[in-house]
Amino acid sequence: MLFFDMMRDPASLVLCAIALAGCSGLPGLVLRDGTLGQRLASVAALLSSLLALPSLLYLLLGGGEASFLLNWNLPFGPCEVALDPLSVFFLIPIFLVFPAGSLYALGYWPAASHSSQRSVTFFYGLLACAMALVVVSRNGALFMMSWEIMALSGYFLLVAEHGESEVRGAGTVYLVASHLGGAALLFLFASLFMITGGFGFPAAGSLAVGAGLAGALFWLALAGFGSKAGLMPLHLWLPSAHANAPSHVSALLSGVMLKIGVYGILRVISFFPERPLWWGGVLTVAGLASAVMGICVASAQKDIKRLLAYSSIENLGIICAGIGMFLLGQGTGNQRLAFLGLAGALFHVLNHVIFKPLLFFCAGSVMHAAGTRDLDRMGGLARRLPYTAFFTLCGAVAICGLPPFNGFASEMLLYLGFFGEARAGQPFVALGAPVLALVGGVAVISFVKLYGIAFLGEPRTAEAAGAHEAAGTMLAPIAVLACLALTGGLFPQLFLALVQPAIRGLAPDLAHAAVLPIAPVWFALAGGSVICLAAILFLFLNAKTKGRTAAASTWGCGYLRPSPRIQYTGSSFGAFFSSLSGSLIRTRITVGQVAGLTPAAVRLSYHPEETLLHRVVLPVLNVLGIGCAFVRRLQHGEVQIYILYIFVTLMLLLLWVH
Amino acid sequence: MIDTIFHVVLVLAMPPLLLGVIGKTKAAFAGRVGAPFLQPYYDMGRLMKKGIVLSDSTTWIFRAGPVVTLAATLFAALLVPLGKHPAPISFEGDMILFAYLFALGRFFTTTAALDTASSFEGMGAAREVSFSCLAEPTLFFALITLTRLSGTMSLTPMLQHVTLPVWMGTGASLILLLAGLFVVLLAENCRIPFDDPNTHLELTMIHEVMVLDHSGPYFCCVLYGAALKLYLLGALFVNIALPFASGNAYLDWVVFAAGMLLLAVAIGVVESVMARLRLIRVPQLLVAALILTAFSLVLVVR
Repeated sequence: MLFFDMMRDPASLVLCAIALAGCSGLPGLVLRDGTLGQRLASVAALLSSLLALPSLLYLLLGGGEASFLLNWNLPFGPCEVALDPLSVFFLIPIFLVFPAGSLYALGYWPAASHSSQRSVTFFYGLLACAMALVVVSRNGALFMMSWEIMALSGYFLLVAEHGESEVRGAGTVYLVASHLGGAALLFLFASLFMITGGFGFPAAGSLAVGAGLAGALFWLALAGFGSKAGLMPLHLWLPSAHANAPSHVSALLSGVMLKIGVYGILRVISFFPERPLWWGGVLTVAGLASAVMGICVASAQKDIKRLLAYSSIENLGIICAGIGMFLLGQGTGNQRLAFLGLAGALFHVLNHVIFKPLLFFCAGSVMHAAGTRDLDRMGGLARRLPYTAFFTLCGAVAICGLPPFNGFASEMLLYLGFFGEARAGQPFVALGAPVLALVGGVAVISFVKLYGIAFLGEPRTAEAAGAHEAAGTMLAPIAVLACLALTGGLFPQLFLALVQPAIRGLAPDLAHAAVLPIAPVWFALAGGSVICLAAILFLFLNAKTKGRTAAASTWGCGYLRPSPRIQYTGSSFGAFFSSLSGSLIRTRITVGQVAGLTPAAVRLSYHPEETLLHRVVLPVLNVLGIGCAFVRRLQHGEVQIYILYIFVTLMLLLLWVH
Repeated sequence: MIDTIFHVVLVLAMPPLLLGVIGKTKAAFAGRVGAPFLQPYYDMGRLMKKGIVLSDSTTWIFRAGPVVTLAATLFAALLVPLGKHPAPISFEGDMILFAYLFALGRFFTTTAALDTASSFEGMGAAREVSFSCLAEPTLFFALITLTRLSGTMSLTPMLQHVTLPVWMGTGASLILLLAGLFVVLLAENCRIPFDDPNTHLELTMIHEVMVLDHSGPYFCCVLYGAALKLYLLGALFVNIALPFASGNAYLDWVVFAAGMLLLAVAIGVVESVMARLRLIRVPQLLVAALILTAFSLVLVVR
């Protein structure tokens, strides 16, 4: 009986789904047949999402909340797990992308050709479970434990191909950055413990502390969660991590794990009854700066996944700017700005959860087919992978924020917020609109390049010429995400219905006072008309030119022996904009010497550089490394001495406590 | 209803005439007779009757490019008021949709260019997207200024707010704004000094080089879409530059159409007296326009 009662309670179902997600990879670890284990994991993932998503929607739309006290005997106070609208909202991405990626992995990372499949499948489930636990936990200690499991399983997933030194390097940078962020969070929760006297999270709006202390807590949260969300300048780990992970892992890391950082920022903000104005200013400026820098650097990339990773920095920047607008609006009593900022930010969270995994899955299919991540070695894939090409086009249009896809709808809300401020006495906030327009313009550069260079034109290499379409299990999740992207663009009210409860949870005064200034029907009308008009014109012209179509080669401007090598490459496509943006984007060009009357063949190669990493951080770290060389003597690889360190530390701590 | 019909007819029928007027003006400056005013219509009619040549390298994207661009521009045509008459579709935030529909068109024009595997078309596409991302913030600055002046966030009330008294009050700001918008108009429509629509050297082109491989009815779509874009951005400009309302609805249509023709003459004059800028100078002019519109905002804030 108890079992059936539990099954009727949506909140318990969600917890069951979280547990199921965590266990999904376990059978694969013990089963001898790797393929069977992977299939079981996918079934478990789909089942968990089948349990969770309807319950989550029910909880969110029905306004239900639930809280559970777990019985543990650790000395960190009562262990509370709760599902409030904010948590439920951030659980949706997890249970959307996790099963999609799990299904995708059947074709992308099959047991037959990847020895690392067992560990990848196991940690994939564990990562989803840990992220869900982070979102539902209401106890600082449980939060940090889940956070650590999340970070570590992310690491093990990321180094799946640890045979390559580039992957190991990316893993190390990720681990260091993740733990630096974790240290900031440890300080945050320790300070909260000092203030409230327990590890339990303070209830919303109940943490009344002095301005200085609140500011310190805000900076700690921004450092810890902002580094997870990849805000500039804390983004250094992100591009190489997301580029080197298997694609379905990148989809989960980029699509969902970054949002956990956003969740953290929102959760910490919700503790405070009063949020100073400067928090909003900091978040808006940091977000817009991240967006501009992220997308500018993305436009110079030639590695398809690195480009997507930098674009994640841009999108998270936009989300962060939205949260900043919310705080600015609350600080100045401007409910319209606050509502549009928060609604735009949360809507964009959902949108990014849809189109970024979509694009990472497509990038995975492309890599699978062409055998490289380098855009400059692809080309002509649209003829060989027609479905993947079509869905990538949907994703690219969506992520550029163009109608009729979902990216446009959320950016529209932010634009309306910015434009509304033009009427204010001091229209500083309105300056965000041109910045967002610039971001949109550069996004078009980046994604025209990604799509055009990879899929269109002629194949640049033999591998690209011999590419083949992805398997059905890989295309199905991509198709679902593409449909969702279009749905969100035409009927934004469906997504906004999910956003509303979360807004109500964060700012109870807001949801009633503010209404959407634009009727959602315009999105459907505009998008629908453009699609219909284009379809009618396309069919009309097709019928008109039928039978009168001659085939020829591309006009070569008089040159008679063109080769695929003379096509514009990704590097050359982005080079023109890079030349405009000066020192923001640096490209290292290596070229051999051309000498003599009959020179031998020389190579020329472009490598986009991470300015901050190569010009600032690495030099500083080098100096620090020399300065701290003496510490290395402590680390010599002898395990028994390490255990001694632990013992001594423990003794010292005990002495300190007494 | 009658206004909507007028709007649709004007927007559909008039754009190629602007190209004819520009051509005639340039011919007059060069001391030639020039092609008839209606030459663009004849050209398009002829193109519609022709067959097409498709490159072996292309996919369906190549054919979708002109089509999607034209569809997006056609919908954008419903958002701009013409003269003192409201646009058929008007809602809060329609100016953002207006700007983004052009961006959608640009996305598809440039991908269609990359579909041909030609390095020249790739070059044109790279230039087009790079210049537009500098032109776009200028347009948004101008829109912010207009939002501040009019207190609304929709193109129709925003542009109809600009009347003679408003010009008297904030003339300096509006002149800067118009200067910025004029630069955007020339850049977005690939006119001299940014791009020469009549050049014969592929290396120096921007827009024309992207559509080298289009032919027949698809090329007609490209030409018509480009003319329509010129018309719409021109309408934005004329709405601010001509703040007169005669009171008579029919006379207002005539005033607006005359304004558009005047604008075409002005573009023709600019094209006749200026040389094309070197490619590396183009961004500087665009940034200058951005700063002009930023100043126009500063002037209305003070």
